[in-house]
Amino acid sequence: MSLLDVRNLRVTFDTETGPVQAVRGVSFSLGRERLGIVGESGSGKTMTGRAVLRLIRPPGRIEADAMTFDGQDLMRASERDMRALRGKRIGMIMQDPKFSLNPVMTVGRQLTEGLRLRDGLGRADAAAKALAALQAVQIRDPERVMDAYPHELSGGMGQRVMIAMMLIPEPDLLIADEPTSALDVTVQAEVLTILDTLVRDRNMSLIFISHDLRLVARFCDRVLVMYKGRIVEEVAAGKLLDAQHPYTRGLLNCLPRIGGPREPLPGLDRTGAWAE
Amino acid sequence: MSLIEIDNLSVTFRAKGRLVHAVEGVSFRVEERESYGLVGESGSGKSTILRAICGLAPVTGGTIRINGQPIPSSRGAGFAAQVQMVFQDPYASLHPRHTIDRTLSEPLAIHGIPGSDARVVQALVDVGLPPGFRFRYPHQLSGGQRQRVAIARALMLQPKILLLDEPTSALDASVQAEVLNLLNRLRAERGLTFLMVSHDLSVIDHMCDRILVMQHGKAVEELARADLAAARMTTAYARSLFEASADRMLAAP
Repeated sequence: MSLLDVRNLRVTFDTETGPVQAVRGVSFSLGRERLGIVGESGSGKTMTGRAVLRLIRPPGRIEADAMTFDGQDLMRASERDMRALRGKRIGMIMQDPKFSLNPVMTVGRQLTEGLRLRDGLGRADAAAKALAALQAVQIRDPERVMDAYPHELSGGMGQRVMIAMMLIPEPDLLIADEPTSALDVTVQAEVLTILDTLVRDRNMSLIFISHDLRLVARFCDRVLVMYKGRIVEEVAAGKLLDAQHPYTRGLLNCLPRIGGPREPLPGLDRTGAWAE
Repeated sequence: MSLIEIDNLSVTFRAKGRLVHAVEGVSFRVEERESYGLVGESGSGKSTILRAICGLAPVTGGTIRINGQPIPSSRGAGFAAQVQMVFQDPYASLHPRHTIDRTLSEPLAIHGIPGSDARVVQALVDVGLPPGFRFRYPHQLSGGQRQRVAIARALMLQPKILLLDEPTSALDASVQAEVLNLLNRLRAERGLTFLMVSHDLSVIDHMCDRILVMQHGKAVEELARADLAAARMTTAYARSLFEASADRMLAAP
């Protein structure tokens, strides 16, 4: 049985000029696997990830024919039930550590907060678990990082702290929304490899949301390509280069490559019926 | 003689009483009509070099010469007519309360160039925007359209040199392709010289003839385009940057 099942998900924002649909009927199901969601800005990929956790505030509305996680109906779940799921069963890693960590709390306090409040651990036990989590994301000097404030860390370190924080409750599903877009390329590869190893070792499911098709193909089993709130194509990551849909092909072709030809890059043709 | 000659350039900031060496002893030359790339990770000092050329960062050592002339300490109108810059974030680099028309005609007014009406329309057409965009405000434009306006503004005074600071890193891949194509077309049409900064090796490779890899404010290695494509780099850092480039991801599963 699949872990997460989403049928005809719609996210609508009521604006002064009428309703705007950010997600227009997205369906997918997820087992114990790594699923990538790719698209350009405005494609609805982030909204899809947030809708699973019901993290969309009014005037946004979430509608779906069905959205179940491990047998639990997410559309009918109370706010209290959702809180029990968030973090504990479904974790989320956000894009930018600068905005997602609490700037006036030390890393140690942020890491142990959940352990102490949610799991009722004592101070020493919580600290030990937090240290272990920091070691798991290969932070070299975890004691120093525990006492540091977020602004004292580099972007790569901050992102690792966020990964550590999300992995402490050992969720069944991890949603990573552009987890490395704020990072340099060499750091990005390092952080993604750490994330990949942890997800495999703990047998978690992963939804990896990114604008970078190549990155997603590398770290996922299956890729959904989104455009204007719809899934336009689903491909196995290994077969990405054989993708059929004009939008997917366009996304792949418009990227410059090292040693590629000097002629103008092909633009993206958005004239097909799929672009409506 | 090269068009841009940078010798032993150093930029040092004082932050909280501590000295920060943003650029340390970097030298390179850019020939006329050449496209030269600076590549490196954040904090490598690549953008600081562009800012130092424009006078937006203090030159604390070394010399910058353009056309053989050391650049004056206050940059002045003559410099602006020769060298212009396009910034990274098109959301932050256009005045939000000025229309596109005002943004584009301001350099003409400052330099006392007549005929701004026709020039603004022509500038918009040159960067592939409809002339009707003149009376719009930046918030009515998409990211790619704004970056086109920023490029149009930089070209208003018909400079010879464009300094490009990550001109496409805030844009989607398909929009990036359009803007890179536009830049290449303009360079060919007007014989421009580019000095371009990016963290994306494949973008730099597509745009530039020669590349300087930077790390921690220092020059690591200068590469010709053919050497990059053939992975003929000699330093470990340049190689690690090459290996980590997203472009390589599909090649090595």
